[in-house]
Amino acid sequence: MATFERGDDSVVVIVGSGAGGGTLGNELAQKGIKVVMLEAGKQESIDSFVNDEWSSFLQISWLDKRTTSGTWRVARDFANLPAWICKTVGGTTTHWAGASLRFQEHEFKTRTVYGDVPGANLLDWPITLADLAPYYAKAEDKMGVTRTNGIPGLPGNNNFKVFYTGAKRLGYQHVNTGHMAINSHPRADRPSCQQIGFCFQGCKSSAKWSTLYTEIPAALATGNLELRPECTALQVQHDDSGKVTGVLYADKDGQQHVQKARLVCVAGNTIESPRLLLNSASAKYPDGLANSSGQVGRNYMRHMTGSVYAAFDRPVHMFRGTTMAGVIQDESRNDPSRGFVGGYEMETLSLGLPFMAAFLDPGAWGRGFTRKMETYPNMAGMWLVGEDMPQETNRVTLHADGKDAHGLPIPNVHFDDHPNDVAMRSHAFRQGTAVYHAAGAREVYETPPYPSTHNLGTNRMSESPRDGVVNRWGQTHDIKNLFVSDGSQFTTGAAENPTLTIVALAIRQADFIADQMAKKEL
Amino acid sequence: MSKHILDRREFLRTAGATAAAVVAVSGATTILAANRAWAMTLGAFGPHEAEVLLRMTRQLYPHDGLGDIYYAEVVEALDAKAQATPELVELVKNGVAALDKAKGVPFLELSDGYQTEVLAGMEAEPFFQTVRGHTVVALYNNQVVWDQFGYQGSSWQDGGYLKRGFQDIGWTMQPDAEASPPPFLG
Repeated sequence: MATFERGDDSVVVIVGSGAGGGTLGNELAQKGIKVVMLEAGKQESIDSFVNDEWSSFLQISWLDKRTTSGTWRVARDFANLPAWICKTVGGTTTHWAGASLRFQEHEFKTRTVYGDVPGANLLDWPITLADLAPYYAKAEDKMGVTRTNGIPGLPGNNNFKVFYTGAKRLGYQHVNTGHMAINSHPRADRPSCQQIGFCFQGCKSSAKWSTLYTEIPAALATGNLELRPECTALQVQHDDSGKVTGVLYADKDGQQHVQKARLVCVAGNTIESPRLLLNSASAKYPDGLANSSGQVGRNYMRHMTGSVYAAFDRPVHMFRGTTMAGVIQDESRNDPSRGFVGGYEMETLSLGLPFMAAFLDPGAWGRGFTRKMETYPNMAGMWLVGEDMPQETNRVTLHADGKDAHGLPIPNVHFDDHPNDVAMRSHAFRQGTAVYHAAGAREVYETPPYPSTHNLGTNRMSESPRDGVVNRWGQTHDIKNLFVSDGSQFTTGAAENPTLTIVALAIRQADFIADQMAKKEL
Repeated sequence: MSKHILDRREFLRTAGATAAAVVAVSGATTILAANRAWAMTLGAFGPHEAEVLLRMTRQLYPHDGLGDIYYAEVVEALDAKAQATPELVELVKNGVAALDKAKGVPFLELSDGYQTEVLAGMEAEPFFQTVRGHTVVALYNNQVVWDQFGYQGSSWQDGGYLKRGFQDIGWTMQPDAEASPPPFLG
């Protein structure tokens, strides 16, 4: 691994090593650009991952204190856990399920297509599907997405077979084992999926793509990237001209250092990225960096989510095999005749017994609840994931009093469902229920959204500097050598799981940065 | 786990069924199986608190097929936390007193229905929330109970579920090969 001096101001500093930061770092390193990657979490490996839900949760989750507000049920049931994301090398790519669907064309222009939805802060992306298509292709190849590049689909597990049966009987057309960044056959020096059933806990076979054992080692091998785990970014610093000059960070012993930088890319996921910009406020930028629009931290999106679990007369053993084993795409279209704009995907999901107890109906107890738990071996499950409406008031802010270990304000995450989100969730619950009844379910349970795994929109991309934080390249409108490289740059959320799009944007951003550096624009 | 198996054969025969009693042994609170097959010694809670918690955890998450030992392990784990957290000892002491006072009859003497009603009336209290939150994790995170729920847990050490039944369901439609291609078996 290369090492760089802290005073070396020729390096690119990337904050975060997940889908955005990890990919960007490798892309830049491959082009010969020197990178220092700061990662708050520890280095784990496929050997150190623990396939036990709670132990793994404690090993890789982001558990630093956060607070919540708003009417979402997460604020009541998981008041200090708004998001279920990771603090570890590889970020949330260690935990993600692997679903890799491209956005649909209309999802890049929601303000135009959906119109003026009251209360929603909709905006068209400054890019189109055509702009992103070549980068989607690169991302799919890099990640080894099934059903692309000649890669066969994964075999469906028991949970998928129940789902498929209900879907077909209901008349759904688009149902299969999905586009997954999980090797169905050995590829790229990684083995094929062993159907271990712990995709969320860190894949122990490495069949599932994660930057931890793909992008990051590839970047390290170039000699152009230095990874610094257990280094928490505290502040992005700037000079009198307003350009950023480096990042103040704390190492694992709490010692503070400044890494100088030619440019800085923030990829700490949608809660930490705006928090870092807000915590970097200065006399010159009193509202935080890159915040002349006032949009930093706003438009927090978490996808319309929910789950449907169903109990059958005979065993399912849904936990055997890939956690997300298939998709129904028939409801992902925009069809306002259903009573809402946007669409949703239906994707199988399973939880182990410990997490089922925690998430099936958070806070519930007594015989009604335990009777449901006793149906566990006969349960099938699906997750519903759809486009939620951006709202200015859904927002990451700095807590007035709460401070972290470094004395910096902790983040508060405020969220209220938009009526469109509730209408879509109602529809999705009904359709999920219908799928399982068609497959012969004895009873069906509607499970509320988990702490957010898809966190989006708090540094959104916009054509005009008035409407958002970054431009079409993820470059902040206000400061040209400051970039945002994670899902916080999403203008709107689309129905699809976000990782593929985060990776595609990172590859595209790397091309732009390299081009601008070559032209001495950066 | 500081559980002492006093009579291994008896424990294996009756772990799922035997009722437990709480007694003080040499001044230490001890949860003891009725047939003396196992015993657990607590460090923070007194015998009365332990007995009420044993009942309360079962009322919160009642599974008739689970013997008292599994609930006793939940109480034991809470006791371990309490040994490091004096406020928790106080919270439990006051909470148990409130349970005993709610109907003017000691909690343990109330019928199942009354016990549930008393607990429901305290749902918003930190005591209830603490015990419930602890129980829902500790009870279902005990690998020994997984069998009873048909959950098999970690599989990587056995090569995953690839050759161990991941698509053995048998009673559903059989997806076509386009929707669900055959597995790669190497």
